[in-house]
Amino acid sequence: MNDAALNKPALSNPGSSQRRPQTGFNFVRFKKITQVGIKSIYSHGLRSLLTVLGIVIGVAAVIAMLAVSEGASFEAQQQFRDLGASNILLKSVKPAEVEESSNRGFGPPQAIVYGLTTADITAIRDSIPGITNVIASRIVKKNVWNLGYSINADVVGTAVDYPSSRNYNLRSGRFFSETEVRDHGNVVVLSDEVANALFPIDNPLGMTIKIDSDYYNIVGIMESEGFSNLGQNQAGSSNSASTRIFIPFTSSKSRFGETTTRQTAGGMERETVQLHEAIIQIDNQEAVIEIGEIIEQILKRRHKDVDYAIEVPLALLRQAEESALRDQIVAGAIAGISLLVGGIGIMNIMLASVTERTREIGIRRALGAKKKDIITQFLIEAVILSGVGGLIGVVLGIIIPFVISAVWGMTTIVTPMAPILAFSISALIGVVFGIYPSMRAADMDPVEALRHE
Amino acid sequence: MSESTVISEHSGTVLKPGVSSNTIVASLNDIRKTYYMGALSVEVLHGISLDFYHGDYISIMGPSGCGKSTLMNILGCLDQPTTGKYFLGDEDTSLMEDDELSSIRGARLGFIFQSYNLIQQLNVLENIEMPLFYQGYSETDSHEIAMGLVQRVGLEDRVDHKPFELSGGQQQRVAIARALAVDPLIILADEPTGNLDTKSGAEILNLFDELHQQGKTLIMVTHSDELAERSQRWVRLRDGLVESDERRSA
Repeated sequence: MNDAALNKPALSNPGSSQRRPQTGFNFVRFKKITQVGIKSIYSHGLRSLLTVLGIVIGVAAVIAMLAVSEGASFEAQQQFRDLGASNILLKSVKPAEVEESSNRGFGPPQAIVYGLTTADITAIRDSIPGITNVIASRIVKKNVWNLGYSINADVVGTAVDYPSSRNYNLRSGRFFSETEVRDHGNVVVLSDEVANALFPIDNPLGMTIKIDSDYYNIVGIMESEGFSNLGQNQAGSSNSASTRIFIPFTSSKSRFGETTTRQTAGGMERETVQLHEAIIQIDNQEAVIEIGEIIEQILKRRHKDVDYAIEVPLALLRQAEESALRDQIVAGAIAGISLLVGGIGIMNIMLASVTERTREIGIRRALGAKKKDIITQFLIEAVILSGVGGLIGVVLGIIIPFVISAVWGMTTIVTPMAPILAFSISALIGVVFGIYPSMRAADMDPVEALRHE
Repeated sequence: MSESTVISEHSGTVLKPGVSSNTIVASLNDIRKTYYMGALSVEVLHGISLDFYHGDYISIMGPSGCGKSTLMNILGCLDQPTTGKYFLGDEDTSLMEDDELSSIRGARLGFIFQSYNLIQQLNVLENIEMPLFYQGYSETDSHEIAMGLVQRVGLEDRVDHKPFELSGGQQQRVAIARALAVDPLIILADEPTGNLDTKSGAEILNLFDELHQQGKTLIMVTHSDELAERSQRWVRLRDGLVESDERRSA
């Protein structure tokens, strides 16, 4: 036997003696197969587009919904930061049914007495270890004057630690000092908004404002942004949180007293509240929620009516996180269903494509394609299809949150992970739903496939 | 003669034109093929033994239903015999797995079909290159080989055309170029002129003659005596058996 003739005769074109077929992974073959896949998808443009719609919607939904829930959780974090991670907020709340007169307190008999007392705070301080500081405040609604300008503001009588406890920043000047608190000083710190309302032109620092018949020196201006809206429904405060001004606690007590009178439709309404608000600072953030529960027990024992509210920012954050998680589960379910439908669509179209191209499969098999070559070809095509869908979905998924932010003013955040994750899932779907049609293509009998019309 | 020169460069064979050697390139040994349809079984080939020599130009003839196509499929390693042995080169194909059959088809056989069987999405050059990619040839090498073959079949001005832009004769020439790409041991042609008019058919047959001149081994299935006239050896099948096996006397 002639070995030269039997062993594949080497192609002896001049200048290329190196023409040996390679084995293993072959980039050229991969590239060619990919090109064929792209051509095939391109030649059925509309069909391919409709096929990937499910994937597009699924991927866009994943990204958009993640962006929305990410935004919501960012907002919750923001609030949480404003309120302080290791704080518990106590507030006096006017009970739904109040007794007209009370034997407690020392106001006139008609006054409604409710809310937190200094005795409550002492009891809490005495029974719970780990409380580093309590900042009690009184909030009285007053008209504040600068000559002809006036604004209805919440006058907060508080301690020197107030700004630091709630992460409020001074814009200019200073907060009042311990000495001024001790001396019942007539000093005031304005919020930005109040300062602008009363001093539209001048620099308010060093000027005075008038509350009732007393004059107060302005020593500082606070930023308004830090004010949380969580303090809305508390006693004595119906204005938005940003129209607050701050005076020493002692000054509030001695100038305004503990009983306030308000003009109502039926006549005068008098109420006696010792403390409107107390910020309790805990040394250990881990224990905040637990301590909040203990405080609730203490207050329940001490108060006949529920004339107080307890806010634990950390608990609020947990709630927000829980609802964000719920959102994400819903989003995940919608996206999952959409991607499943998309995957089935791809499988369907791939099966159709395999049937249409039976002849081509036969030809390729006759010309030396192995089963795995055929599987690779159709699998690549399925992945290209789902990948293109995924890519369109990513683009839409990035645009949609912008639209949501612009139209509804919601905070949305597209993290880089979301598009990467969504795109990977879409490619994976191409593989998963492409396997069966590809195997069917590869398992065709070459003779039958060649005979196919 | 310029075309012939190119062919001999490509094939690298040293045989005298038109003369078959005594080297056996393919050997069928008592090939039987039975098809099963449920409980029913039909034996289509009843024991066929044939040897094919290097440089042979063989016509396999016979009425329809005689087993030509089945034999052709077995020769093309597209199907395997139920019993019997088929040696292609020195390899026993009857024991091969599917992947090995694919490899041997791609490396040692060239197919020419009645209906050309070009891939419609690919252009002329890409169609010719295709079997080379499955063999793992590099892009540059494939391109070079395919360009050479395109010139040999006279379609160098059609390289970018898609099959549907070509006439039947041109398409069949592309198919021939594709069959030659891997420089196969045997070229199998199944009614190669069946879909062509007389003139185009004659061109294809001239090309076959040239290939034969260059020492290629050609096996052609046909039921046309006129076509078979060109070959060197005639194998007639009837009812799954070899009825006659004649050779053109020198």
